[in-house]
Amino acid sequence: MSVGFVMLVHTALDRAAQTARHWAQSGCPIVIHADRKVKPAAFAAFRASLSELDNVRFVDNRVPCEWGTWGIVGATIEACEIMLREFATVSHVYLASGSCLPLRPVPEMKAYLNSRPRTDFIESVTIEDVAWSNGGFDSERFSLRFPFSFKRHRRLFDKYVELQRSVGFRRKLPEGLVPHLGSQWWCLTRETLSAILKDSRREEYDRFFKRVWIPDESYFQSLVRLHSRRVESRSLTLSKFDFQGKPHVFYDDHLQLLRRSDCFVARKIWPRAGRLYDNFLSNDPTVTKNAEPNPGKIDRLFAQAVDRRMRGRPGLYMQSRFPLQSRDNGKSCCPYSVFSGFADLFENFETWLNKTTGCRVHGHLYGPERAEFAGGEKIYNGCLPDSARLRDYNPCAFLTNLTWSTRGERQCFMYGPMDNQYPAGFMTGDPNAQISVITGAWAIGLFRTNITSEVVRKEAARLQRIEAQQVETLRAQWAKARIRIWTLSEFVETPMDHLQEILDEIMPGATRRLTEAPRLVDLTGFGMFLQQLKNEGMHLHMAGDFAAGFDPAPLAPGQTRPYLVK
Amino acid sequence: MGALNSYRMRLRRKKLRLRAFRKRRELTPVADRTKEIREGDVLAFSTLRNERVRLPYFLQYYRKQGIAQFLIVDNGSDDGSREYLADQPDVSLWHTDRSYRRARYGVDWLNWLQWQHGHDHWTLVVDPDEFFVYPFCDTRPIRGLTDWLDACSIRSFSAMLLDMYPKGPIDAERYCEGQDPFEIASWFDSGNYLISRNPDYLNLWIQGGPRARVFFPEDPMQAPSLNKIPLVRWHRDYVYVQSTHMLLPRGLNQVYDDAGGEKTSGALLHAKFLDTLAGKAAEELQRKEHFAGSREYRAYHDHLSDRPVLWNKWSERYINWRQLEILGLMSKGNWA
Repeated sequence: MSVGFVMLVHTALDRAAQTARHWAQSGCPIVIHADRKVKPAAFAAFRASLSELDNVRFVDNRVPCEWGTWGIVGATIEACEIMLREFATVSHVYLASGSCLPLRPVPEMKAYLNSRPRTDFIESVTIEDVAWSNGGFDSERFSLRFPFSFKRHRRLFDKYVELQRSVGFRRKLPEGLVPHLGSQWWCLTRETLSAILKDSRREEYDRFFKRVWIPDESYFQSLVRLHSRRVESRSLTLSKFDFQGKPHVFYDDHLQLLRRSDCFVARKIWPRAGRLYDNFLSNDPTVTKNAEPNPGKIDRLFAQAVDRRMRGRPGLYMQSRFPLQSRDNGKSCCPYSVFSGFADLFENFETWLNKTTGCRVHGHLYGPERAEFAGGEKIYNGCLPDSARLRDYNPCAFLTNLTWSTRGERQCFMYGPMDNQYPAGFMTGDPNAQISVITGAWAIGLFRTNITSEVVRKEAARLQRIEAQQVETLRAQWAKARIRIWTLSEFVETPMDHLQEILDEIMPGATRRLTEAPRLVDLTGFGMFLQQLKNEGMHLHMAGDFAAGFDPAPLAPGQTRPYLVK
Repeated sequence: MGALNSYRMRLRRKKLRLRAFRKRRELTPVADRTKEIREGDVLAFSTLRNERVRLPYFLQYYRKQGIAQFLIVDNGSDDGSREYLADQPDVSLWHTDRSYRRARYGVDWLNWLQWQHGHDHWTLVVDPDEFFVYPFCDTRPIRGLTDWLDACSIRSFSAMLLDMYPKGPIDAERYCEGQDPFEIASWFDSGNYLISRNPDYLNLWIQGGPRARVFFPEDPMQAPSLNKIPLVRWHRDYVYVQSTHMLLPRGLNQVYDDAGGEKTSGALLHAKFLDTLAGKAAEELQRKEHFAGSREYRAYHDHLSDRPVLWNKWSERYINWRQLEILGLMSKGNWA
């Protein structure tokens, strides 16, 4: 009883020869099919290099093995027939490629197969159950025709598929055949393999599969279901595919990972990965644990790689990831809060917010003079400078850079109509942004100067226009940020309630009530100030309605309305 | 409009090729070892002037990565660079005394050499102060990367320029021949890069880093570009348009994913900010052979007298490529 290898070879013949020699010298017969594209001279040298081994055979009638075509299956069948004919002791046939590498000693593999003498190891899933392939060709692999080469005549290939779809063309399946798909690399018992090859209807099946797309992933996988008594639907070969359906390659640095996977054979190995070949082409039993194959770690590694390629790291803008506006999956990398008008209404609001929430609280990051980083820093995480010129050169990049470099820590900053308005649209469309606006609060600054000259009126009119524009942006249909807008008069009615609402969102789960209230600036006479502006012809409507005699009481936490969060 | 635009680009490419063809006369071979180039070899191309002190480490670094041959244009060195390079067994050397500026900062010369010797090879175009880093470069030779790119049908590979600088003033420590420059200039900016898309050539335009921060804070528009596409599976029809920032045909510039995914990319560690800069800046200012009236060197020259320090407390110390990948400056993409 032994296992025989059928090996399909097309490049890196030296490595294929090395692997073949290892198997042959470990007592496993081998039948090798080399792609027709291999030059005769190279093939002759390859053949000669293995000539002294008496259990190695070559398929003389070499066929071209183009990816996705019948050639690969034809070559496999031919090689299998030689194997069954010439090596009567072979009980299992293992299909491998020239870039496969055995990870465990051959005796271990023999023992594993000997203890499961009637089991066929072949991944075989019905197309109804599993989305197997990339790109949606599942049932269509069987129902359409594919006369054009995918690689050389891609456009014809696609057009012809489209045409068949549009006219509703469907091929008829052979009676009794249920299409199954699975990895090309299998290990079948002698009984099953001979039953498949000697089937009286084989000619019919072959004729059908010659027109199927990628038959090497469906021919044996479907026919095994007709003949096998016990199918173990998994491949003994570790072979992973990326999002384009191309196999992942193993390199020297995968050595430990491969060793711990306890798989029998891995594919595909980079031909120059000398360390892998040196280490694994041995029958030394001390390095393995005789365990069940467990490719979990490798699966995860490759799944992560595919995820990085497909989705990337949200909020990252770099040389090889630059999502278009409409196609990104996260404009910034983590949540941040924007406060407009709060620093005008409360004294030392930034310090208070920092103490209450523990977040990083900046001043006006988009201020006209400079970016007011927390603590008056001149340069911030990631070497972000506070220069207004540099910031305004690309204001959105400034924000995404900041959130990326400080990921893990929530950033809060002040914003207002005197700041650069360019990033307002960006923030509005960013689900990570929490924007709270008290409209008209900037007027408090003017009020405190207590002048109502022409200059102030002009300035007030300008800021009011900008703010109105900003509010319009924030109320856009496409807004994705968490946005709250109050007029000043609305806000000062119950300031603590509104603050609590914002803080609850910043710190979800924190049931702590506010113990220390921020101090409201003294608004005595603010109503008069607005009225005076109005008398002079400037209506400051963004602040809401204030009675001329408006005179708010000072604020303390105890005075807030009952507010329960449970 | 699309077709017209494509045609315009085609003409532009033809023009650049013609230019490279004309400039071939300016190059005199000093040591031509191009016969030794074998199929599948990865080749490095470079133009230089008076870089003798940097050369030993430069060659050693890339030999270790598996570069098979260096094809170098020496633009009138008088510090022994030429003699040194001519003696190296894996360097093919050309010499010219003609204007660097009028060869479009050396691009024409290299376009010609790549056209002649780079066809069907992976070619890496780097300056002597640029050190290529790619994912897994500590365990996999450059052939591992190029074989993988071939398998993925990817023709060009992006590596952003990352300016490295020392902790103290630039000229505080002397760089010695053969030394790893990043023992001195081991710091970099991790997160202040500004990116926009060039609508003409479809490449990304990256600026920022210490140079924008220190030398160009008042005029960021003038800050040097950091986007580079140094590694290309060359075809004789390709041309570099401006330094290695962009190529024609434009498809080669699409080294980034615009749907949220990350393509595989590397970095070019830039060892410019060493004590050698002062001499270089003074010389280049006189020669006026650099981009935009050598405005970059003018900025250095103006600042160097104040002994500027690029370092700050947020600077990152370079460890390895994995660090750059975590910081989001480069990406493994789906190469695992």
